[in-house]
Amino acid sequence: MPDLSINFAGIKSPNPFWLASAPPTNSGYQVMKAFDAGWGGAVWKTLGVPVVNVSSRYGGVNYRDKRLIGFNNIELISDRPLSDNLREIEEVKKRFPHHAVIASLMVQSRQEWHDIVRASQDAGADGLELNFGCPHGMCERGMGSAVGQEPNVLRTIVEWVMEVATVPVIVKLTPNISDITEPALAARQGGANAISLINTIQSIVGVDLDQFSPYPIVDGQGTNGGYCGPAVKPIALNMVKNCAQHPGVQLPISGIGGIENWRDAVEHILLGASSVQVCTAAMHFGFGIIREMTSGLEQYMREKGFQTINDMVGRALPNVKHWEELNLHYKVTASINEQKCIGCQLCYTACEDGAHQAIRLNEGTRVPEIIDENCVGCNLCSLVCPVEECITMERRDDGTRHETWQQRTLAGNIPSEFEDERAGGRHHWVPEPAAALGKEKHKTLPGKARQFETVPASPQIVSE
Amino acid sequence: MAEYSPPTTEQEFQVNFAQLKPRMNRTEAMLESSRCLFCFDAPCIQACPSGIDIPQFIRQINTGNVTGAARTIYEANYFGNACGKVCPTEVLCEGACVYNLQDVKPIEIGRLQSFATRAQMDSGEALFGPGTPTGRRVAVIGAGPAGISCACELRALGHEVDVFEAKAQPSGLTVYGVAPYKITNEETLAEMAYLQGQFGYTVHYNAPIASRADVQKLEADYDAVFLGIGLGSTSTLGLPGEDRVGCVGAVEFIEQLRQQHHAVAVGRRVVVLGGGNTAMDAASESARMGAEHVTLAYRRSKSDMGAYDFEYDLAKGVGVEGLFNVAPVEITGNGKVEGVRFVRTATTGGQVQPVPGSEFVVPCDMVIKATGQSKQTVFLGLIEGLQLDAKGRIILDSRTGQTTNPRYFAAGDAGNGGAEVVNAATEAKVTARGIHEYLMSLK
Ligand SMILES: Cc1cc2nc3c(=O)[nH]c(=O)nc-3n(C[C@H](O)[C@H](O)[C@H](O)COP(=O)(O)OP(=O)(O)OC[C@H]3O[C@@H](n4cnc5c(N)ncnc54)[C@H](O)[C@@H]3O)c2cc1C
Ligand SMILES: Cc1cc2nc3c(=O)[nH]c(=O)nc-3n(C[C@H](O)[C@H](O)[C@H](O)COP(=O)(O)O)c2cc1C
Ligand code: SF4
Ligand code: SF4
Ligand code: SF4
Repeated sequence: MPDLSINFAGIKSPNPFWLASAPPTNSGYQVMKAFDAGWGGAVWKTLGVPVVNVSSRYGGVNYRDKRLIGFNNIELISDRPLSDNLREIEEVKKRFPHHAVIASLMVQSRQEWHDIVRASQDAGADGLELNFGCPHGMCERGMGSAVGQEPNVLRTIVEWVMEVATVPVIVKLTPNISDITEPALAARQGGANAISLINTIQSIVGVDLDQFSPYPIVDGQGTNGGYCGPAVKPIALNMVKNCAQHPGVQLPISGIGGIENWRDAVEHILLGASSVQVCTAAMHFGFGIIREMTSGLEQYMREKGFQTINDMVGRALPNVKHWEELNLHYKVTASINEQKCIGCQLCYTACEDGAHQAIRLNEGTRVPEIIDENCVGCNLCSLVCPVEECITMERRDDGTRHETWQQRTLAGNIPSEFEDERAGGRHHWVPEPAAALGKEKHKTLPGKARQFETVPASPQIVSE
Repeated sequence: MAEYSPPTTEQEFQVNFAQLKPRMNRTEAMLESSRCLFCFDAPCIQACPSGIDIPQFIRQINTGNVTGAARTIYEANYFGNACGKVCPTEVLCEGACVYNLQDVKPIEIGRLQSFATRAQMDSGEALFGPGTPTGRRVAVIGAGPAGISCACELRALGHEVDVFEAKAQPSGLTVYGVAPYKITNEETLAEMAYLQGQFGYTVHYNAPIASRADVQKLEADYDAVFLGIGLGSTSTLGLPGEDRVGCVGAVEFIEQLRQQHHAVAVGRRVVVLGGGNTAMDAASESARMGAEHVTLAYRRSKSDMGAYDFEYDLAKGVGVEGLFNVAPVEITGNGKVEGVRFVRTATTGGQVQPVPGSEFVVPCDMVIKATGQSKQTVFLGLIEGLQLDAKGRIILDSRTGQTTNPRYFAAGDAGNGGAEVVNAATEAKVTARGIHEYLMSLK
């Protein structure tokens, strides 16, 4: 039976799933309800200076029939009185002594930091998370991402906090920066016990086509907000990996960003996170999603033979390399399983228009054919194919040769001009440009009245 | 076996004849349009006789450009809304959808098509309009799918059009023949009003062209004449007792049903003769009208039936029973229908032969003959030089629709011998281009 419990930088919780500091952790009521549902921990909605919120506050990115694949907000930190929040933290801790309650904090001066850290500890918080990430509203007041983007300021504030902190301190990083390891290193230098990432990404999720205003709309106007939800996972994973791989950071990582199910959580963990935090998914589907997450994680651990979460942390990291360390001799080409192919020909158009003209259509069948000598193995066709495992990428090299760009560079074996035999493009034909003309025309055109091309075509259009 | 009680009010009729392809709401249209793969050289387009760019209009629906979707549909087929509902999509576009090959439900192309066109009709906003006047005039005989499509396209090309229709409503069999669970009168007529509003042709109702004099008047007044007359009434079988009360033709029965709804009476026990789609319709419809027992009698085996499988399934689904390898020899009864005397048949070498001594009677109080529509040969005989083929179809040039009398053009059931609405609408549109070519070549 796998053990889901974790000890994250000294903060213990029955499972690695925490609610991120956000609306779901705005009150004791919500946090208790979440723990009751099975969540392992909660990072309280950020406590700090008095704020005023606007309405509306959220914008969504819908994709085809899917709602909220991306989400953004222009909300500030907690607008509830600090004393209420602290009292409720205390109450939650009484009822749930073994769950993790982490106070998220954001204030300005050294004195304010000292005061709020002490107050949170007194209330019973198991840990502190310093919010250096909020990309809207607070940064204008010199807090949030304004701090997260200045490693020196960040380190100083962490030092202030460490002067009085008696519980583990997590620094929450903003992704609105070109190199995430810089603030991560500053957090380490300041003495933080852990980092969490990512906070939201500065964004405009869309523009209202009628009101000419970005979402969310506040009385006809809007502003940039913070982006999160499933769409940000790739960015979060990359940043988690960067921090986990950096030899100078060496801190436990709480992975945040686009986690909606157990698979997303495992991905964060395999890239180095040892706890995960969830916001959008809980806002979208409620606390009940935790049941699927814990059961999925448990099943996965059972199948892979992992006893503890720690066994999994960072397991994918050794395979994340720099480009110049990849094997240049490894070669795959696409292969179509004719039995599975449904003849949609999406692979044909993708390769024809978007890749390397390595797929051909043949008379009498809708199953396309790969032109092996022109397939560069880019993968596009297999990505667009709507049928599971219909297009597979088959290995074509014999597996005996392994040479990286790095090795070539060291051996002085790199092409110096495009005519060089060793340059890649030389062995790849492209059709003559003129062959493109008229090619789309063999497609069935609307209205089979094509015989009548000689007479004026469609009726004249009035409403345009 | 009666599943339906006889409808006594319009509401009850509507319940018994609930739409097979009800209108989609926006959520449904969004979900369904999301599934379309946007296939290259899409098989669904190839399977559609009118060649509507299906992936294009589905994507337009999905991006909220419903007007654009309606335009894509109407550019290919003026009966876009009706076709979405009445087309045998199971064997046309939806039957060709690549999802079938994965045993996944194909995209509901027909319903999406009606969704977009209906939204456009409801908006009242015109998509097309008449072209620059050419001064040429065309008479269109018949306001069915063929006649109306031809009129729309001719108006778009700038010609003046007068439509002469024998009946009181436009759209031909779409309002007089298609089963009421496929489309309602309201739906059909709304599309007709929408088209006429945009293109501005004139329709003369209750105006049959019936005599040599009528024909000559058209020839004098118009530069060309389009024949969109469809087929005729149900052909007679020549059986003894065929004239008994309660023995009716399917086309006539269905027309009455479409027009008078619950006011139509059906028998308690009904025998439908035939194995085509019309037979399936008539059988389903009698069952939905509350007949206690409906028997579908066909002279060959089930697999030999001309009807689409899904049409037979539909009939079976409402309790119709099939009786195969039987031929009617007499309608029995005393003034009124009391039964049908059948003889069993055997098919040898493709020939249906009666099995001697195997006669039996199926008691019933109504017989519906769904054994084919006659051709309008008498009327067509009034037109000079107009040639018909051996099956009574008008001979025409497939590219232009021109008949053997150069001033006459034809399309739809009258030319193809009886097909679907989509064929009539498409052929007529093509033919309108042929008429245009002809008119513009006149000095
Ligand atoms: C019972 C039945 C069910 C059907 N169900 C379907 C279905 O579900 N789906 C489908 O796609 N197709 C169906 N069809 C076929 C479809 O209805 C026809 O293919 C289509 O209507 C043909 O169009 P048309 O314009 O050629 O002829 P029609 O629709 O027959 O129109 C001809 C018009 O011309 C008028 N007319 C005829 N002669 C004259 C004259 N001399 N003067 C003035 N007017 C005249 C008629 O009154 C009629 O309005 C069905 C047919 C039948 C009989
Ligand atoms: C409405 C909203 C309010 C948030 N407020 C805070 C906050 O007060 N403090 C904080 O550290 N992060 C805040 N966040 C960021 C989340 O904690 C989290 O870092 C981010 O949403 C990414 O995770 P997700 O993809 O699971 O949503 C907020 C996010 C949202 C959507
Ligand atoms: S994308 Fe896949 S299913 Fe579609 S034609 Fe290509 S191989 Fe076949
Ligand atoms: S792998 Fe790339 S190049 Fe090869 S066939 Fe597929 S899309 Fe074309
Ligand atoms: S075949 Fe199906 S999936 Fe492909 S374009 Fe047509 S409707 Fe869409």
